[in-house]
Order: sequence, then C-alpha cells, then structure tokens
Amino acid sequence: MREAKALLFEISKKGRRGYSLPACDVPEKPLGDLLPSQMRREEPLELPELSEVEVIRHYTALSRRNFGVDTGFYPLGSCTMKYNPKINEETASLPGFAFLHPLQDESTLQGALALCYYAEEGLKEVTGMDRISLQPVAGAHGELTGLMVIQAYHRSRGEGERNKVIVPDSAHGTNPATATMAGYEVVQIPSDERGLVDVEALKVALGPDTAALMLTNPNTLGLFEEDILEIARLVHEAGGLLYYDGANLNAIMGFARPGDMGFDVVHLNLHKTFATPHGGGGPGSGAVGVKDRVAPFLPVPTVEKEGDRFYMDFDRPRSIGKVHSFYGNFGVVIKAYTYLRMMGAEGLKQASADAVLNANYLMHRLKKTYHLGHDRHCKHEFVLSARAQAKQGAGAGDIAKSLLDYGYHPPTVYFPLIVEEALMVEPTETEGKETLDGFADALEKIAAVIEEDPEKIRMSPYRTPVGRLDEVKAVKDLKIRWKAK
Amino acid sequence: MAGRHYLTLTEEERREMLMAIGVDSVEDLFDDVPQEVRFQGDMQLPPSLAEGEAYKHLSSLAGQNKNARECVSFLGGGVYDHFIPSVIKHITGRSEFYTSYTPYQPEVSQGVLQAIFEFQTMICQLTGMDVSNASLYDGATALAEGAIMACGATRRSRVLVSASVSPFYREVLKTYLNSRGIALDVAPMQEGKTDRESLEGFFQKDTAALILQQPNFFGMLEDMDGVADLAHSRGALLVVAADPLSLPLVKTPGEYGADIVAGDGQALGNPVSFGGPLLGFFAARQKLVRRMPGRIAGETVDREGNRGFVLTLQTREQHIRRERATSNICSNQALNALAAAAYMAAMGPAGMQEAAGLCLQKAAYAREQLTSMAGFDLAFPGTYFKEFPLKVPGEPKLINEKLLAHNILGGLDLGAYYPELKGAMLFCVTENRTREEIDTLVRVLEGWK
Repeated sequence: MREAKALLFEISKKGRRGYSLPACDVPEKPLGDLLPSQMRREEPLELPELSEVEVIRHYTALSRRNFGVDTGFYPLGSCTMKYNPKINEETASLPGFAFLHPLQDESTLQGALALCYYAEEGLKEVTGMDRISLQPVAGAHGELTGLMVIQAYHRSRGEGERNKVIVPDSAHGTNPATATMAGYEVVQIPSDERGLVDVEALKVALGPDTAALMLTNPNTLGLFEEDILEIARLVHEAGGLLYYDGANLNAIMGFARPGDMGFDVVHLNLHKTFATPHGGGGPGSGAVGVKDRVAPFLPVPTVEKEGDRFYMDFDRPRSIGKVHSFYGNFGVVIKAYTYLRMMGAEGLKQASADAVLNANYLMHRLKKTYHLGHDRHCKHEFVLSARAQAKQGAGAGDIAKSLLDYGYHPPTVYFPLIVEEALMVEPTETEGKETLDGFADALEKIAAVIEEDPEKIRMSPYRTPVGRLDEVKAVKDLKIRWKAK
Repeated sequence: MAGRHYLTLTEEERREMLMAIGVDSVEDLFDDVPQEVRFQGDMQLPPSLAEGEAYKHLSSLAGQNKNARECVSFLGGGVYDHFIPSVIKHITGRSEFYTSYTPYQPEVSQGVLQAIFEFQTMICQLTGMDVSNASLYDGATALAEGAIMACGATRRSRVLVSASVSPFYREVLKTYLNSRGIALDVAPMQEGKTDRESLEGFFQKDTAALILQQPNFFGMLEDMDGVADLAHSRGALLVVAADPLSLPLVKTPGEYGADIVAGDGQALGNPVSFGGPLLGFFAARQKLVRRMPGRIAGETVDREGNRGFVLTLQTREQHIRRERATSNICSNQALNALAAAAYMAAMGPAGMQEAAGLCLQKAAYAREQLTSMAGFDLAFPGTYFKEFPLKVPGEPKLINEKLLAHNILGGLDLGAYYPELKGAMLFCVTENRTREEIDTLVRVLEGWK
C-alpha cells in the first residue's frame, strides 16, 4: 500500500515548462556584450523540468503526506499549535502590505509603520514591558537579540566582564545555545522536587559574573514558578538581568505579565501565542520586549510616532545595531496584529483560561494511566512520563508513533530532559472537549496494548504514508540531496 | 465574546471539565500565581473587532501605503520585485503545509521533508555547491552564520568583509560578531568593487573568512578569479553572498571555489513584503556539512524499505546539543523555502535563465537610456546584472519625490550608506519592468536640473 513519492527530479522531462514569461521588449544585445564569457556559468543548470499541472500535482501530493493543525489535533508541547485564523492569511496578503518595498520613502509606508506601532502598543500591554522590537524573526532570534541587549547594557555600565548566563535544566535547548552564540558561558541549575527553580542552587550560581538568568514561566513542565519575585530579587541583587522566554506566554495572558514579575527582557513567539501559522518550521516572529532601562540597546530601527506621522528611528547610538536585513517578519506581525485586534483583552484572557482548563482536564484524565511527576495544577501544558510503559516494552517515542495511527499529532517527546520518557502535552484553547476525550481514549488504549503486546506499539505507525523511518541510517548513509545516477 | 469563534468549549463543557478536575472556577487553576503578580483588572487594549471590521481596519492601513503593484518600482538593494508564478501561492496556501510545525514526526511530515530535500538539492544545483540546509532567516543572518561557521572551521576569530557587500548585511554581521567577540575588518573598494590590489594586505594571521557579494551591493559583478586561492593561501575560507537569480547565467560560487554560500532567496517566488519574511539560504562544501547551522532533511527508508525523509544530523542542533550546538536556530523560513522550491520547479532551468536574461537586458537598456541624459552617469564602469549605481544631477530625495508623483518608486539614495556616493542612486530593473515603464522613468527625469 505504502509508496514513496517520486522526486521532482524523477518526474522531470526535458523540454517541459511550467512558466510563462514575456518576450524581451527592449532591443536585445548579444549576451557576450553584457556578460563576458569568463564571468558566465559553464556548469549546466540541472533543475527539474515540469509543466504547470505537474508542479501543482506534485506539491498537492506532498501536502497530502503532511499533517497540520487544519488536519487534526496537534498537542505538541511548548509549540502552542492553536488554530490559525484564516482572516490573518487574507490581511497579510493585502497588496498594500505584500508588495511594499522596505526601502520606500517613509511617506509611502505610513500604514505599515502604524501597524508596527499599534502592534507594539498591544504587546506592551499584554507583557507589561515598556518597549517592543519587532525585528527578530524567530524565538531563538529573539533570545539572541535579547541577550545581546543584556550584554550591551552590562558593557555600558562597565560590567562587560559578566560572562555567565544561568539556565535551569528544564530550559528549552535554544536558551543555552543562544547564550553560547552571544559569547556567554552557560551555567545550568537544577530544578527542585517541585519541578521549579531550585532557589538555593540559584543563590550559589549567582555572582558578579552573572549576566542573566533565562527563565520560562510557566516553565517547560507547565508549572508556574511560584518563587518568581524572590528569584527576580536575587538576580537583580547580583546585578544580573532576568530574561523571559515567552514560549509559554499562552498560559497567562490577562492573568499575569512578565513585566510585573520583574523580567527585564522578554521574547514572544508570535507564531505560538498570537496564532500565526508555523509554516512547517517558519516563518515566525520573535518580538522582544524590554523595560525602560534596557530600551536604549534595542536593535535599530524602532518605530516612533510624532504627531500623526510614523517614522523609523535608526539614530539610536546605544543600540546593539541591526539583527535583520530589514525590519523583521512584517508579514507575520500583520497576522499577529489582526489576531490581537480581534481577540481584544477579554478574548486573550479567555484564550489563556481555556488553554489552562484544557490542559488540566486532560492531565486529570491521563494521570491515571501515565505517571505524572508533579501532581498539581498545571498551566497550559503538562508532562507525563511513560516510564512504566517503557519498562513494559514501549516508551514515549513508540507511543508517539502509535498516536499517529489514531489521527493525532503526538505530544513533544523526550523533553524536558529532566523527565524520563517525557510526553509533553499542550492541547491549546482552540480544541473542544470531544477532541481531548478522544485523545485521552487513544492514549489509554495504547497503554493497554503495551501491557499485552508492546511489540505492536513498537512497530507502529501502521496507517501513515510511510512506516517508521530509520533515523540512524539517515545519519550513517548521509544523503541530503538528490543526484543523477 | 470576541474571538469566540476560535474557541470550541461551551460554557456547559467548561463547567463539566472544572467539575471533573475538582475545582470551582478557572481562577482556582491559577492559585499558584502569587497574588503580588496577579494582573488586576483588564488589559487596556482597543475594543475587539469582528472579522469584517478587522479586515476593514487592516485594509485601511494597507491603503495608506503605496505599493509596488500600484506603482512602478525600481527599488532593489536586497529585496526584489521579480515575477511570481501564480502556482506559488496555491502551493504555499495548502494548509497541510502552512499549519504544520517543524517536521519532528517524519511519518506525518513527508510533505515538508521531501520539499526541503528537493529545495536543498536545487540550491546545490543553482550554487554549484555540495550541500545545503533547510533555510535560515534572511541573507544577512545567513551570512553571519556563515562567518561564525568559518571561524569554527578554522579555529580563528577575525572576519574580513568587502565594503562592496550590502551595508545591511555588514551591519547585521557587525552585531552578531561583536557580541561573540569576533573582530570584523573591512576591505576597501576601488571603483565600486573590492580592491584586489590591497585585498591581500587586509588578511591577518587569524582571519577566518573573506566575505564577498556577487553581484555586489551595486549590482556589479566582482572579479572572482583567484579569490578563493587567495583566501585559502591565507588559511581562510571564502564566503559568498549570492543573488540566486543571477546564478543561472553568472559563474557559480562552486565554479570559483567558494567554501560557503549564503544569501537571500526572496527573489525566488516570495513577495517583497516590506522586507520580511525573507529567505536565508545556505550552501557549503561537503567537508563542512557537520558544522552547518539549521535543519537538514536527509533521505532514509522505512521499515518496509520505502524511501522517506527525516531531519538529520540533529546532533548539531540546539534541542540535542544545547550549549554546544552549531547555532541556536530553531524556527527557520520553511514556508518561504517551499515557495522558492516551487518557484524553481515551475521555472525550471529554461525559465530561470530566461528571467535572468531579461533582467540583464532590461537593466542594460535602462542604463543606456538613463545615461544618455546629461548629468546621469554610471557611478562606476563595470559589468552589471540587474542593478546599477547612477550619479544624478540633483538631490536623490527630490528626484524620488518627482518620480513618486508619477507613481514610480525610484532608486535607492546611496549617499545614506556610502558618504562618498552622495548624489548617486541605485536603480534596479527586473524582468517585471517593461520598456514602456523604463521609458516613462527616463521621460520623467529628462531635463532634470
């Protein structure tokens, strides 16, 4: 039944064409006059040749071998795979936005700049921060920008020797990777038995070399860091800054704000919390918010308003500089802004309330079947452990594959690293009760099958376009491009 | 209630679920949030809008801009108004693609994974390089990643960049390298391109990479003969920022010995979109593959031996390697890479050569027509692709104002980025421009004093 899908290169036939370009309407010159032969490409260009219908059918067939939020439930922990409203796709493709060149004169960009300004105003209110930069184009890009801002802040105070960034062991991998990328040394601190930052360990780690603590709140276990005010006080007393990884902001909109918890710098994932689609891996937007004292260091340009006129400010002498060719992923910001305007304060708060309710309901059902390390109210996500199932012969990874056969995208597996056989579930607010029940039924059934016949789960999935793929072979016999035989 | 149609729970279900959990209200689920940080009152956001109202509001904002569809655009500088085949938006509009996450579960992500594998292949074919990744953010950050990768590969900590590389790219490079403690040297230009005479003298003992752009920021083709040998003889790598749409005609980085190619692929099927989302592409020599940043799709087989694709070499990445990862990148520009892949598939070798040829011809025609007027002169002699720098007989700002009155988006004022080029403008002419549009540009500028 299962069949590989032919590659573009395998269906290509010489002489086919899938494009239509106009004839040259200017007097044509011999190519040699415009491009001397020593500058010309000699190697033949071996791109595939297809007709238009073949191109469409190829990609339509590929799309049918892909699972998105529109296909079904996608409770991928820490990724906030909520429904992506369709109106956002329409507003982002308005010609007045899509065909705007970034180097046009400001007078022709007033609508775009107004949108950026309004988006900043809205995000400031949601986060409790003083300024927002829309320049970073992804969460990790926001983290990097945020750490550079922190670095510039310390350097400006003659404290450039602060060379350590503290991250909890439950942190997203991007946190330590970003710290390295910004030239910092990473200090990892453990979580305590509550699954929260171990405050005593934090005290030991803090010192005159501390640049920042990066924290996700609620953390990756889906638990709110109850000691946040104490943590903020300790970090600030040590002269460090507090960085908020906004991956989990969807849990607390309207209930709490990082700005009020003592965070100095935050990044948001507009492609999570603000409902813009993930695009199979991107584009995203990693807007960065800061408190006033670090605002001078934000990347250029910022968007400012003077009277009725909006303008971009490049003249910010203490800025870290540019972090993107132009102004970030404007196309994504349009979608997030549309969402923000449609939800309003009440809608965003209800979204967080339902996200938390859905997660707690699902957790409550599933903790009877799967081990729950931290049995207390979670926020928008929770982490189960399939350690009992693993002992019986099929672990978190196998369970994930089996869920595919039930038509669900699996939770995040084997993360956070501090939970053995982790299944990290984030249902989001856009799902209904039947969906949650159906998903819980499936996970219960899988657990029951594991008790009887774990091999059956280990061999799953059975109903996907391809069977379980050999990732070890992919590394061993590395093949990352097609080549003609 | 606002946004209600995005939520699915009914009031009754909410009650039922709270009861199942054993709490009275949703507020109880937030009892671990300390009172001192509980947000009191309502967030002060503008009143929520219904769908139709939101569309009107956004349309009104969009309408306050002048866009390259209602105007004739001669703006380039890194983002380009090229032909976008209609098929692209229908392909990227398939929601199985655009509403999916990074393909962590390959069995239900074969669509995205195969599309990336094909994208990687076509980027290799276009650049003449061995390996490519699934995309990075944009040209500027791709170049910065290339520089950092070169430092890792050579265990050195200086980078040499030509002044003819896009000032936007150089600024981002500066930000990235400054943070990491990598020194950045700038090699000067002579007549609008990298000064080859003095170039060698700018290499230092610990220079990890020489970065050039082809065509350079002025649209001029650099002389790439011997550059790779020069860099290699100094123990450095050659990193090139290339315009992908020039590569069907222009000698490829692979042919002149580049080690890393990083650039912006927006020109391949993506709209200008106010400069974002763009598409960073990245290609390298085989021996550097394990140092590459970002996602990489690789071929493998399933249990039954069927071909399939997975994310591979993941031990380079942040979610596995954490502080020892080759980069922190997680989200990339996958959907823009899909657009670029569909573009290359639809255009094929003939279409891309034709599009590149039209750019070359039309830009040459525009150059000839414009420079036939008194006071309009090419800033530097040279071989140009689709952009060229023009000295103009007046304030570029005033010239652009006049052009705008005729619904023309004129050239970029180069004086803002190169003080020595005050009074010069960078014009871009793509295959989308017609002879009539070019003639109109010339007519409006005729007799400018």
